[in-house]
Amino acid sequence: MKPLSPAALQVTGLHVALSGAKVLHDVHASIPRGRWVSIVGPNGAGKSTLLAAMAGLLPVQGRVELGGEDLQAMPAARRAQQLAWMGQGESVGDDLSALDLTLLGRLPHQSWFSGLDAADQALAEQALRDMHAWQWRERYVGTLSGGERQRVLLARALAVQAPVLLLDEPLANLDPPHQADWLDLMRSLVTAGTTVVSVLHEISMALQADELLVMQQGRVVHQGACTDALSHRALESVFDDRIQVRTVDGQLVALPRSTRR
Amino acid sequence: MRDYVYQRPVVLGLLLCTATVALVLTGMLAGSTGLDDWHALGALLGLMPADADSGMLAQIVWQIRMPRSIGAWLAGALLGLAGALAQAVFRNPLADPYLLGSASGASLGVCLALVAMDGSLVAMPWLARLGLTGAAFVGAILAVAMTAALASGMAQTLRLLLAGVVVAVVLGAATSLVLQMYPHLLQSMQGFMLGSTAFVGWDSCALMLAALLPGLGLAMVLGRWLDGLALGEQTAASLGLPVQPMRWILIITLALATGAAVAHTGLIAFVGLAAPHITRRMVRWGSRHGVLLASLMGGLLLVAADLLARVVIAPRELPVGVLTALIGGAYLLWLMRRHKQGGGVS
Repeated sequence: MKPLSPAALQVTGLHVALSGAKVLHDVHASIPRGRWVSIVGPNGAGKSTLLAAMAGLLPVQGRVELGGEDLQAMPAARRAQQLAWMGQGESVGDDLSALDLTLLGRLPHQSWFSGLDAADQALAEQALRDMHAWQWRERYVGTLSGGERQRVLLARALAVQAPVLLLDEPLANLDPPHQADWLDLMRSLVTAGTTVVSVLHEISMALQADELLVMQQGRVVHQGACTDALSHRALESVFDDRIQVRTVDGQLVALPRSTRR
Repeated sequence: MRDYVYQRPVVLGLLLCTATVALVLTGMLAGSTGLDDWHALGALLGLMPADADSGMLAQIVWQIRMPRSIGAWLAGALLGLAGALAQAVFRNPLADPYLLGSASGASLGVCLALVAMDGSLVAMPWLARLGLTGAAFVGAILAVAMTAALASGMAQTLRLLLAGVVVAVVLGAATSLVLQMYPHLLQSMQGFMLGSTAFVGWDSCALMLAALLPGLGLAMVLGRWLDGLALGEQTAASLGLPVQPMRWILIITLALATGAAVAHTGLIAFVGLAAPHITRRMVRWGSRHGVLLASLMGGLLLVAADLLARVVIAPRELPVGVLTALIGGAYLLWLMRRHKQGGGVS
């Protein structure tokens, strides 16, 4: 039996071009199994592109391995069962109810002719409860606020029940209490063995992860533990020293640094 | 929670079927003097004794009115199916099966087939009707292929819709050009351009049914995957859906449904747009049952419009396409007005 790869995702020599423009250049990264890694960097650094490439959604040069297996060669259905992805500003069908939308997360587990079973229903309902979105399960998505819709989209990604979760800006439109709920949920998922990779603009939230993957101009410039001083230095550097990482009440936070004296 | 008129899709489905049967039966009574042929219908159904007059009338009902009403239902059902597919593929609740130039392509196909057969739509043998259906389908598919080529693929919805408008205009001009060269086809094509069920016989019904059944079956099998497309291409792909092959399969089905309807009833506007739209307002949407209900709704709408077109200025008839354009145009204006007032289109 093939030994289990220690890395959930392994990226080697990755190059990605979008509409003819090179976005990622020779990217190497390793996402450890059962850990939460935050991808951070300034606008245009290639964070979302790297996440989409890790999800197998872009034509790439180089290699992405999921559990030691070439992602590009993996059948789409199996890849979809192993890897759940939530995109930035994901569009939705306004005519679907929140529950119906969440149930779409069970599509990777269904064949052409099979319908939903009781287990699919139960998993989708649990995902809505986890995202505190249960109370509007019957409302159709077009009537939800931005934050409510975001929670339903997160529930859709959770309902896949994949061992690897890739989330692009999952906190968009969420208010602080729901951001805190999301943090708790990520922690419990990681404790249960799920691997999480998130792209986050809120650096203080990104610092709550296990590891940081710092990007700049289409390259990974640093990967290390969130608590590591070298990671903090790399982070401050890619933001032109306009932020500083500090510990406040035992928690890492990124504070803006003014250029005015 | 949204208050739908029918919480259970099966209730709406049964009501649509019941209303359709009632209207089709009423359609059998609708002659040149209005709704008056009760005796003929009774004789046909074996409820009344037949006499010489009722025998002739029964023949009229069996040979003309019944295929016409059922043909109207089938054409409407095909347009409703095509509309529901178009709205799912293009993720736009106002998408129409005539987008992508498919109807213009089908028209040109029919026009060229009439030139080749040097024929008229009246009393056309079934083989010729099959040829007409084939020509409409090929025209619709070629138009879709031209649209896709012009838009550099199927990925960009807006570019695709704009390319569809361009193709529709160019193919419409080509049809006009052919008619200028063969003016004796103008009368046949005029009925066709205005949309009419007057030429529909049993052979047309059989051909439309042959297009409807596999189209509906396919759409229902792909039902939940159609819902997955609503999430956008990347998310749908992340869920393991074969997005590009699916788009092509659905667009070919859409073109087949549109081509089959157009070949036998001409250009009938708004049914494909309105049927899925009205259905969405009446029942919680899910593509698996939604496509079937939109198809039933399209059938009902066209049977009703056809009946109205036959009796409203009896003994003369309105072309049913003109009637659907008038009613559908008013509906679309109301929809846009409601949207402007912040009510949303769905």
